Amino acid sequence: MDLSYTPEQEAFRKEARAWLEANVPKERLPSFDTREGFDAHCAWEKKLHAGGFAMVPWPVEYGGRGADLLEWLIFEEEYYRAGAPGRVNQNGIFLLGPTIMEVGTPEQKARFLPKMASSEEVWAQGWSEPNAGSDMANIQATAIRDGDDYVLNGQKTWASRGAFAHWLFGMFRSDPESTRHRGLTFILVPLDTPGITVRPIEKLNHKKAFAEIFFDDARVPVRYQLGEEGKGWDVAMATAGFERGLMLRSPARFQDTARRLVDLYRKTVASGQPVAPGLRDTVARCWMDAEAYALNTYQTVSRLLAGGKIGAESSLNKIFWSELDVRMHETALKLLGHRAELLPGAPAAGDVGEWLDGYIFALAGPIYAGTNEIQRNIIAERILGMPRK
Amino acid sequence: MEFMFSEDQRLLQETVRDFLAGECPVEFVRGQWETETGRSPEFWSKLAEIGIPGLLVPEEYGGLGMSEIDAVLVFVEVGRAALAEPVVPTAAVAAPLIRESGNTALAERWLPPIAAGEALVAVAQPTSPLVPEAHVADLLILRAEDGLHAVPRDAVRLTAQPSNDPSQRLFTVDWKPRNEDRIASGAQADRLELAALDRGALACAAQQIGTCERLIAMSVDYTSQRRQFGVPIGSFQAVKHHLANLKVALEYARSHVERAAHSVAHDVPCRSVDVSMAKISAGEAALQAAEVSLQVHGALGYTWEQDLHVWMRRAWTLDLAWGETAWHRARLAGALFDEERPAESFGFTPRVG
Repeated sequence: MDLSYTPEQEAFRKEARAWLEANVPKERLPSFDTREGFDAHCAWEKKLHAGGFAMVPWPVEYGGRGADLLEWLIFEEEYYRAGAPGRVNQNGIFLLGPTIMEVGTPEQKARFLPKMASSEEVWAQGWSEPNAGSDMANIQATAIRDGDDYVLNGQKTWASRGAFAHWLFGMFRSDPESTRHRGLTFILVPLDTPGITVRPIEKLNHKKAFAEIFFDDARVPVRYQLGEEGKGWDVAMATAGFERGLMLRSPARFQDTARRLVDLYRKTVASGQPVAPGLRDTVARCWMDAEAYALNTYQTVSRLLAGGKIGAESSLNKIFWSELDVRMHETALKLLGHRAELLPGAPAAGDVGEWLDGYIFALAGPIYAGTNEIQRNIIAERILGMPRK
Repeated sequence: MEFMFSEDQRLLQETVRDFLAGECPVEFVRGQWETETGRSPEFWSKLAEIGIPGLLVPEEYGGLGMSEIDAVLVFVEVGRAALAEPVVPTAAVAAPLIRESGNTALAERWLPPIAAGEALVAVAQPTSPLVPEAHVADLLILRAEDGLHAVPRDAVRLTAQPSNDPSQRLFTVDWKPRNEDRIASGAQADRLELAALDRGALACAAQQIGTCERLIAMSVDYTSQRRQFGVPIGSFQAVKHHLANLKVALEYARSHVERAAHSVAHDVPCRSVDVSMAKISAGEAALQAAEVSLQVHGALGYTWEQDLHVWMRRAWTLDLAWGETAWHRARLAGALFDEERPAESFGFTPRVG
């Protein structure tokens, strides 16, 4: 056990810190759930890419830096320390990217990964359908082979930033006779394909970037099929593993929130405003749990670098970070007292920061990427070995 | 950066696990409840044969010369087996305290018999007047205003304080400090006492991990076998989610405990905060496991005969040992809110900048 960084890792941290300090926008960008914010975030991604920091752990040939996962963790720490913008292409770069790297053909890697790394192409995910949410195997959208094309029909929904994204990935039923998780194929779909209609859905945050997507005889070339025909479920499971497991929510994000929370608590107490006595303990607990998530991730990365794999334990992570995120934000709102309900522009709001927005975003955490109820079933059945029936 | 145990460390853990599965079954633990001292010199000799009392004793004194990183996995197994012999005061706390006291005569007198399994040491905890297993100790390490004292048992008067956990015997100690017993004073005494507290809390936290694992395993077994409505009760989501929650609490507590072992072994500046986080999270995981396990065992778990309460009581006992959760919570909050700068987050190294 060695918990120190090598001189090379320290040097990389220093380099990343210097670059971020020089380049991170001084003003917070508008929300990437708006058209204007989406474009501003894409411009930031291009800058990050030109600086060589867009995809730290990816191979150089695909627009990455060829670094290992430890350096990725270091980069994430510096990224959040610098207060840099959220990653607008997170569904592409953190979820689909690693999956293409694992199961894609050489042509697919060359075609998709570089433009993903630079966010020239931003990806939405098409997991859910109206009747396939937690029951993801109940997919009804179809992809029927016709020569060198798949003809897509049906509907996907709850696609984050689907209103602005360029591409979508998801599973389609390629064998109409099949049921459940058999007969599904994982397909990459350009959203400007004729026959596709994108209809924005207004989210709880009042923004319209979320979308439902309709397919009406939309033709997509077979070369956009990822993995084997009929094996889409296995490809999707690999993607979901990354999502819950490691890449989507790095510990630095929560450690950063926890430190801001500690700071808010100290400032609130110093201001003389009354603070409920239990909050001191709750804030300390949040900080401690964010530390636990970081420690646990470093352990996972150590295991991966030693040749191990992420399995069902990614469900533990997903529950832990999503519930911690909610707890941290609701605690911050309690500290803000009567100001908690004010929007940042309100004259009486003062320095309320982004806590309210963050809280509303955090509330989605226990729902997306597989509800926490589903994760608990997975833990009970696949990790603890409890009976399915 | 390599946050994992070596193969040798895992091998040591497996060896101890197998040893305790054979030599310390629950029948043995319950049998000890009925004996006069509650302790078994024969069993302690067997522990000495595999080196446990001397884990942290330097090799030149006959010990294994290991570090807390090696020892933490051993203490997980101690917890899994509900082993309540005085391994924490003697092996985890007293041995390194004597080593660090810089007192060669004390080390030469006590470390070889500790490693050989021929001497037991009781240690007063700064957070409680109760001293466990003082009745079988050859030496007591006690705190007085003028410093730390190493006192022979015949120089103190013990008053038994019966405990809810029949696996342990608790005592209060009446004694008068004598100059010839003093082993440290002033800042050195404070430093040794704080290190003792951190080592004791770390060893308890590791046992709480083992206790929690055992409780989860018992509950998974029971709910997979017990049938109601024609199916195993473990197939119900209400039961599954209870146990899944325990698994989440366990795994994140484990990360804290393993990190704290590293922090103690390397005596890093944030050692005490790391130990407190380990003790809080492992203690809460074990307490939660005790409550949930009782719930899913139903009325059967509420009987004296069922073995569940052996571990339930260990969870309760360990929570109070070497700083109860409230004490460690207060210490953590102090580090975050009362210092000029809050404690540093893991990974965000202060060496850069």
